[in-house]
Amino acid sequence: MTPVNRTQIIPIGPYHPLQEEPEFFKLHVDGEKVVKLEIEIGYNHRGIEKLAEGLTYDQVPFLVERVCGICSTSHPFACVNAIEDVGGFDIPDRAKYIRTFIGELERIHSHLLWLGLAGHFLGYNTVWMWAWKYREPVLDCFELITGNRNHYAMFKPGGVRRDIEDEDIPTAMRIVAGLERPLLMFAKIAMADPVLQARLKNVGILTYQDCVELGALGPTSRASGVPWDVRKDHPYAAYDMVEWDVVTTENGDVFDKVIVRVLEMLESVKICKQCLEKLREVKDGIDANYKEIPPGEGIGHHEAPRGEVFHYVRSDGSNRPVRYKIRAPSFMNVPTNNRAVVGYTVSDATITLAAIDPCYCCTERTIVVDADNGKQLMGWKELLRLSQEKTRKLMERYKSRMDRVWI
Amino acid sequence: MSLKIKALTKSIWVFHLAASPCNNCDIEILDLLTPRFDIERFGIQLVGSVRHADAILVTGSMNRKARQRLKRVIAQAAKPCFVIAIGNCACSMEMFGKSYNQMECLDNVSEVHAYIAGCPPKPEAMIQGVVALIQAQLAALKK
Ligand code: SF4
Repeated sequence: MTPVNRTQIIPIGPYHPLQEEPEFFKLHVDGEKVVKLEIEIGYNHRGIEKLAEGLTYDQVPFLVERVCGICSTSHPFACVNAIEDVGGFDIPDRAKYIRTFIGELERIHSHLLWLGLAGHFLGYNTVWMWAWKYREPVLDCFELITGNRNHYAMFKPGGVRRDIEDEDIPTAMRIVAGLERPLLMFAKIAMADPVLQARLKNVGILTYQDCVELGALGPTSRASGVPWDVRKDHPYAAYDMVEWDVVTTENGDVFDKVIVRVLEMLESVKICKQCLEKLREVKDGIDANYKEIPPGEGIGHHEAPRGEVFHYVRSDGSNRPVRYKIRAPSFMNVPTNNRAVVGYTVSDATITLAAIDPCYCCTERTIVVDADNGKQLMGWKELLRLSQEKTRKLMERYKSRMDRVWI
Repeated sequence: MSLKIKALTKSIWVFHLAASPCNNCDIEILDLLTPRFDIERFGIQLVGSVRHADAILVTGSMNRKARQRLKRVIAQAAKPCFVIAIGNCACSMEMFGKSYNQMECLDNVSEVHAYIAGCPPKPEAMIQGVVALIQAQLAALKK
């Protein structure tokens, strides 16, 4: 008798995510256990690299800003770094501080967004609402400084487009400093909550070795103890002019990824404060006003909230790039799911796929299909229910200890 | 009863359809659910299935791969159902119109009942857009 293939396939995605870019995950499951994962992307391809070749250097930052709405500073940041690298341009210190400030503020908003959605997937909707509540002041700060809640359009080759006025600094400072308390609260909640511990500890482990082999970036690798961070390794803007530390943890599980992100936000608050202080003194203009981009090649990095963004630009001396290339961090991080998801249960898959902060809301369309007859067994709702039920069960088990957790 | 109050009393269930957007419009839609805007107090709720939806919020400029699915999803919706284009991308394809991977505007694929422009539109603008749509529809009904 031939052995019966008991593996079933769960397609997650591809299209119409709850919020982020569509990707398609095919989970092969044997009972509760995930045995294999296939990933397909391409549902969001808009031909941005090609479009960039038809735009002038002044327009390109606006285009790459729209690569991703959550990292809407990271791409222009890397883009202007690349363009400035072509000519070896330097920019005024004030512009550097403004860039750094915007970049770090964005990290806070992005990590809070992730934290909230991670909470949602675990059935902790309170975390979702709270994290997003504390995210609103950050957006207000952006609106104050740049005029828009998202897509700030602050960057231009050679400097920044808008100055931060002196009278805005106290408000910005108040908002940034006001974030410290909720962030510490989140850190304490994560540390003290037994359910979160049971749910996230030792789930979706990526080892140091995995990260190095697959080239994982950002918090995904830093949670496994790989201290890669372009802000330190290859400083740009004002990152070498302010005091801050790279946050790493050792275990590489989902829990550590939460901790790394929360601690990183606290570092970002530190950087933002220093930048604002400096902006009171450093007043050497915000734009170097470069007119010509010479022929040549340039590369630009930025440590986006999800990892290193890399841009490459080739110029022939005209006002448009001849070739433009972008590599986003999720491109490196998504394959790590292959190691992190396989071997764990289906109910852990949602949060593990979420842990690298990719486009995980694709799970919205998850259906479990019987591989033999293609019958639908389980929808996204069921998967979410499974995940939330597990949390509830754990809550029962830890009830006696839960009562004592009050922050 | 004024139309506005009538609009507030009806609960609209919306389904969110991302057709290769940049996420930002989508985040702002989710933002509507969170404490500051909290549109659930108006009975507006995001639903997981298009079959439960009264209105479909389309974001993004629709590439080739997404277009097929968008057509299918809109066809699956229970009629009558409003299609609302959120953001410049869905309204006019913004700067992606000239790309090799884009084919046509949302208008050519389905009837669009409201356009909410902005990149991304503010949450307030979205609420206002939906309210305006309801008022227009009710006014049309009265005639
Ligand atoms: S309209 Fe703007 S914010 Fe909305 S999806 Fe398009 S580029 Fe993104």
